Amino acid sequence: MSRRIVPVLLAFWLVLSPVAWAIDPVELPDPVLQERYRALTHELRCMQCQNQSIADSPVSLAGDLRREVRELLASGKTDAEIREHLASRYGDFILFRPRFTAQTAWLWVTPVLLLLLGIFVALRIIRGRASLADVDPTEPDTGQDMGAARREDRRT
Amino acid sequence: MNRFLLPAGLFALLVVVLFVGIQRAPQKNVIPSALIGKPAPAIRLPVLGGQGEFDSASLRGRWWVLNVWGTWCPECRVEHDMLLEIARSEVVPMVGLNWKDDDIAAQAWLRDLGDPYDAIPADREGRVAIDWGVYGAPETFLIDERGIVVYRHVGAMTREVWARQFLSRIPKPAGAVG
Repeated sequence: MSRRIVPVLLAFWLVLSPVAWAIDPVELPDPVLQERYRALTHELRCMQCQNQSIADSPVSLAGDLRREVRELLASGKTDAEIREHLASRYGDFILFRPRFTAQTAWLWVTPVLLLLLGIFVALRIIRGRASLADVDPTEPDTGQDMGAARREDRRT
Repeated sequence: MNRFLLPAGLFALLVVVLFVGIQRAPQKNVIPSALIGKPAPAIRLPVLGGQGEFDSASLRGRWWVLNVWGTWCPECRVEHDMLLEIARSEVVPMVGLNWKDDDIAAQAWLRDLGDPYDAIPADREGRVAIDWGVYGAPETFLIDERGIVVYRHVGAMTREVWARQFLSRIPKPAGAVG
């Protein structure tokens, strides 16, 4: 029984193999180059089907771009040179990870600014609550001040 | 009242930003060419059909148009009549880069529909198209007399695009009327 099921399991195992699903079965002779090739093609956008990388896209232009990347790798270009080579032709849009330039600065800086703003606002609220808690509510004449302090907090 | 002013203001700002974004969304589908204002990549390719070679250096000193097409591209058929009309006007030479196509099919296409091109380099492997940042046919480039790419249009050429984006940029020859 178990003997018979082994080939069946193996057949299913083949289906799970990434090679069976690869759009691009090309293997470069050098494993280091192959790894760089794999990484680069995953971070370059397919311009025709814009939310896929050229590694995942079956369209013919993506195939041509993969060939371009392979040839550039083989000619000894660095990863940065290859990105620059393609971005100079297709624009920064081909890079899934945008470079830091004057045009893309806001893209990188805005989240940091928003985070700082969020921390600032959160600290203010926490401090506001803490100062409210400090006030003894049993003292009759502080009721007015508490409200005033709260309004003051909101305004500034 | 006062404490609602800031959130309401921010909300109004958000509405404006999103509205402008939605309004401009259709144009966002067209990716601007990285080549505008840069030297046109050299084209040195065999001519469709096999007689001789085309070299874009031969067009130095003239304004010219590069149209990227293929018989596998449905939009190319849509724009074909417009290309014939442009060719008849004889304003600028038009080079038709035949992109990843079959020579026999391309020649049959031109025989059946008419040939608007002054030269047809055959980019059978798609290497020149990559140099030009082509991502979908048809694409049409305008190149000035210094060999600088001035404009690119993605999609079928129309009379309006030709008049507004191409003719308006091409200087009129001296002594020409109108």
